[in-house]
This record gives sequence, C-alpha cells and structure tokens, in this order.
Amino acid sequence: MSTESPSLGARLSARGLDGTTLLVLPGVIFVVALFIYPFLYGLWLSFHPKAGPALANYTKFFSDPFLYGTIWTTMKLALPVTLINLLIALPIAFRVRLLRRQRLLTTLLILPITLGTVLVAEGMIFYLGPQGWFNRVLMLAGLISSPVKLVNNYWGVFISLVITGFPFTFLLTLSYVTGIDPSLEQAAATLGANARNRFREVFLPLLLPGLAITFCLSFVQAYSVLPSAVLVGDPSSATRVISIAAYQAATEEYDYAMASAIAMIMGLTQLGVVALVLGLRSLLYRGPVAAAKG
Amino acid sequence: MTTPVFQELRLEAIRREFGGFNALKGVSLTIRRGEFIALLGPSGCGKTTALNCIAGLLALSGGRIMLDDRRIDTLRPEQRGFGMVFQNYALFPHMTIAKNIGFGLRMRGTPADEMARRIAAAVQLVRLQGQEAKLPGQLSGGQQQRVAIARAIVIEPPLVLMDEPLSNLDAKLRLEMRQEIRRIHSSLGSTTIYVTHDQEEALSLADRIVVLREGEIRQVGTPEELYARPTDLGVADFMGYRNRVAGRLVGEAGGFVRVAIDGGELEGLLQGPAPKDGRVVVALRPEDLRAGAAGSVDAKVTAIEYRGHEFVGLAAVASGAELHFSADERLAAGAPVRLSGARERTLVFAETAA
Repeated sequence: MSTESPSLGARLSARGLDGTTLLVLPGVIFVVALFIYPFLYGLWLSFHPKAGPALANYTKFFSDPFLYGTIWTTMKLALPVTLINLLIALPIAFRVRLLRRQRLLTTLLILPITLGTVLVAEGMIFYLGPQGWFNRVLMLAGLISSPVKLVNNYWGVFISLVITGFPFTFLLTLSYVTGIDPSLEQAAATLGANARNRFREVFLPLLLPGLAITFCLSFVQAYSVLPSAVLVGDPSSATRVISIAAYQAATEEYDYAMASAIAMIMGLTQLGVVALVLGLRSLLYRGPVAAAKG
Repeated sequence: MTTPVFQELRLEAIRREFGGFNALKGVSLTIRRGEFIALLGPSGCGKTTALNCIAGLLALSGGRIMLDDRRIDTLRPEQRGFGMVFQNYALFPHMTIAKNIGFGLRMRGTPADEMARRIAAAVQLVRLQGQEAKLPGQLSGGQQQRVAIARAIVIEPPLVLMDEPLSNLDAKLRLEMRQEIRRIHSSLGSTTIYVTHDQEEALSLADRIVVLREGEIRQVGTPEELYARPTDLGVADFMGYRNRVAGRLVGEAGGFVRVAIDGGELEGLLQGPAPKDGRVVVALRPEDLRAGAAGSVDAKVTAIEYRGHEFVGLAAVASGAELHFSADERLAAGAPVRLSGARERTLVFAETAA
C-alpha cells in the first residue's frame, strides 16, 4: 500500500460508512432475527414435506379444491373491502382537508385501530346479530319480518374488515390528499375548471400513485384476515380464508411443512396483486405533487 | 364562460374577515379597462386577500364587486374568467408545458387546431419555444414563471391578476421579468392587477398604485404622485422616505417651513394644515440629505458604504437619533459631518399623521 493513499477509515467514511453506521445494527439484527430467518426457515420447511417429493405440499394444495379454493375466498373478501374502503375514504378525505380541527377527527378515527378486531367482532355480534339492536329496530319499524343475517357469514367478515380497515385507509388517503398544493386547485378554478374537472384533471392524476400504495397496504392487511373470519364469519365454508387453512394445518394436523407451504402461497398471491397494482402505478406520473418550484 | 371586455371593475366597500380579524375593511376602488394597477403594501396589509376576492378564491364578508353593471362577487372563480398568476406559479406538475398552457382553453372546449395555434402564440409571447414537451419540474424558476403567465393570458382574460409573481426569483431575473410583464400587458391590451410589497416593482410597472395598509386604502395615485407626494407617513415610509425626524415648526419662508430638529434645522414642504402645537415629523430620502460644508444639521458619521455612484451612510445627531444620508466621498466613521436637505423634496407632516 502506498503511503499516499488515505487510511481505510477515511476511505470508508467517504463512502458514507463510519461510526454512525453502526446505529443501524440493532435494526438489522431485529429484521434478520424476526423476519428474514423465520421466512427462510419457513421456505425451507415448505419443501420438506412429511412425505413425498419436495414439492408435495404445493401439489397437494393446488389439487385440493378445499385448499386452493381459499385463495379465491380470501380475494373475494380482501379486494372489494379494500376498494370500498378507498372509495369511502377519498371523498371524506377531500372534505376533511378543508377542516380546521383535523386532529380531533384523526384521533377519533384511530380509536377503532386500537380496539382491535376481537372487540369489534364482539360488538358486531351484539349489535348486528339476530337478537341485536339493529335487527330489532328494523323489525319494530316493520321494515323486515325476520332478522337479516349479518354475522357468521360473508357479510359479517366484510363489515368487520371495513370497520377495522377504514381508519388506516383513511389516514393514508388523507395524507396524500393534504399533500397536494391547494394553489393547484385554485389555479385550475381560475382557468375555468369546475369541481368535477378539477378532480379529474388535477387531483386524480396526482393522487393515483398514492392511492395505489394505499390500496396495496390496505389490501395486504385485509388479505391476512383471521380473527374476524373466525369470530363473525363462517369459517368452515363461506369465509374459510387462506390463513384459516394454514392455521388448521399447523395446529390441527401438526403439519408445519404444509402450513409453511400455505403461508408461502399466501405471500405469493398477495405479492401478485401488489405487483400488479404497482406495475400499473409505474405507468402514471409520479413526480412531486406540490406546485413545481425553481 | 368568457367574460366580455369591460369598461370598469368596481370594488364597492369590499370587506373580508377571518374569524374576527378584519383583513379588508371596506375597500372601494374603480379600475378602468387597460390599466396596470399595483396593490402595494407590507405583508398582512390585505393586498393578497383583495386579489383573491377579485379572483373568487375568497368570498366577501361584505360589499360588492361589479364588472360594469354586472355583479361578479357571487360568481365562482371558474365563472369569472380572469387569468391569475400565483406566487408559487401553481403549475400542474403532471402536465407538460404545452398542456399547462392549454388547460384553460381545454376547459373552454376550444377546438384542437385553434388550441394548438393559441398555445404556440402564447409560447412565443413568453419566449419558451422548444420547451413545450417538458414538465414544469424540468424548467428553471424564471421559465416556470413565464409558463404561469402564458397559462393565465392564453385564455385572453379581460383581467389578469398577479400575486407577487416575481418574489421567488433572483434579482437579475426579477428585473428581466418585470420588463417582460409590462411588455405582455401592453401587447395584449389587457387590464392587470399586480400585488407586490416591492415599491420599486410597483413604481416601474404600474399606471396607478394603490397603497394598502391594515386592510384599508391609504393612497391611490400614479407612481410619480406617490413618489413625490405621499399623503401620510405610512405611505412615505413605503416610498423610500427612510428619514423620519421629529421636530418643531419654527418659521416659514417662500412656501417652505423651517423645522428645528436635533442638531440643526431643515426646510421642507408642509403637508396639510400646520399643527397647533407645532410638533411635526420631517420625512426625507437618504439621497436628498447630502453631506457638505453648507449643511444645516450637525452629526457624526457612524457608518458608510459604497454604492457605486455615491456613498450612503448613517450619521447620529447629538441625541443619538440616526439619519440616512448620501455623500460624494468616503467619510471616516466618527468624523463630524454637516448635512443639508433638498427642501423641495422634504416633506413635513403633522406628528399625529401616523
């Protein structure tokens, strides 16, 4: 080594590596220990079935309608729920962006997240069940003659997912909506664009990339539904979602390899939807949403 | 949707409150077709509020806005058809320059061939040929500013509103764009209302200047009138009268009054009737208070700086009050100096005129 060249430490810090870099270590350890290792272990496990060749678990899953059917069952819940949450969140976010007391509303909306799915499910059973207020009021008013079945079926899980998923979707949507410079809307208005055109020409193109991200995150949340599918759903058929299949494989059949394989398939199918949405997003404008400044 | 050419725009006692705060306290003003009007004032004086009210971006709390005999303050901004240039340009970041400029035309359902022709003409007017396919983020600040102007004028609005359009540009570009804005105004024959806090900008651009302060009009006049004859100290302050010295009337001679101040005496023109107690404030620009042997005020130089064609400095009188003055040579700090005022450009106000 020539004496002219800088020390190793100096060369490393020139590339952005110095003592401060060590601060990422706890985070790296955390991610490796709690995410990467279990994931790789599960992947390895899924190719080591109790019996048969390496791919036995996967062939079993895709040849048994009781198993592969869960993918469609889960999609049928997660996709419309995510879409509906987005469609409800968007107009509300547009209204809330003009409010002054946004924080109060935000706090109110965070509450359902903190309650958790189990409490929401309990409440739904009491409120929406056959003997619940909802049905009794409707029957008293003479609107229905027999109780509407809103729990222990598809709609029970649907409603529960909307309730627990909405705050998250809304808060994300709100942050994207408020991130758009209000002077852009004013400029569009002075140029003759009415409210509908301002939305279509200015807000929507600027929001779509953010809405795509919101969709992905909300979808992933809904896709991994388990508690509400059991508590307010019909876990043996209509709401037998993919996580139930994995759960049963692991805890009822003690087949961890099969459970891992199902978990991998679950991951891949969500990834498929996310990749599709992000792929569409890459076709959109993704620059700054503020008025460009020099 | 396009507003027909008008003869005059009248603000009739317009008011705007923001939760108890009066941003505009009954402003009345008549703007004639073809005029270039500058709304001038310090920040918080209500000038941007007034502009937003005219554009329709803010509702009035009281008063009316009339375009000839048509009431327009009840119309939504998209129904008024005025062009507006925003301080931060507000270009649509996802649209090309051509799309940005053509937005207003598209909203009006202009046929494609006419739209292309008018966009090309607007691009040429603001000298942005070759940039049409770029996104706003790819242009410099000055270019973006020109896009904003082109976008506002391509719809041929009868009234163009500009909200401090040059405040985000550097000094050299500001000067260039100033001339550009005046050129565009003249070549289109439109009416322009221009909001600024920069007195130089207002003086060089406007046909008439409206000085606003605390939500009220303080003075309306041509740049020459405002520069030479501000009606009160507030306006004088804005017009570059940096010296405001308290004094006492001691005499009168040939149309000028003599005022005794700390360190000597100054002569000037009395504005309004003489106050009974004789207490006045003398307002004087630094360039009209010069160092020289024939001076009438004694002071000590405290600071001096070179400005190319002359020196400007600060001098303290016995009481410690400081005066801005100009000189032909560099004076040493701490040296005694005699200052003389140009009496025909020295204004004397009664002390109560704030």
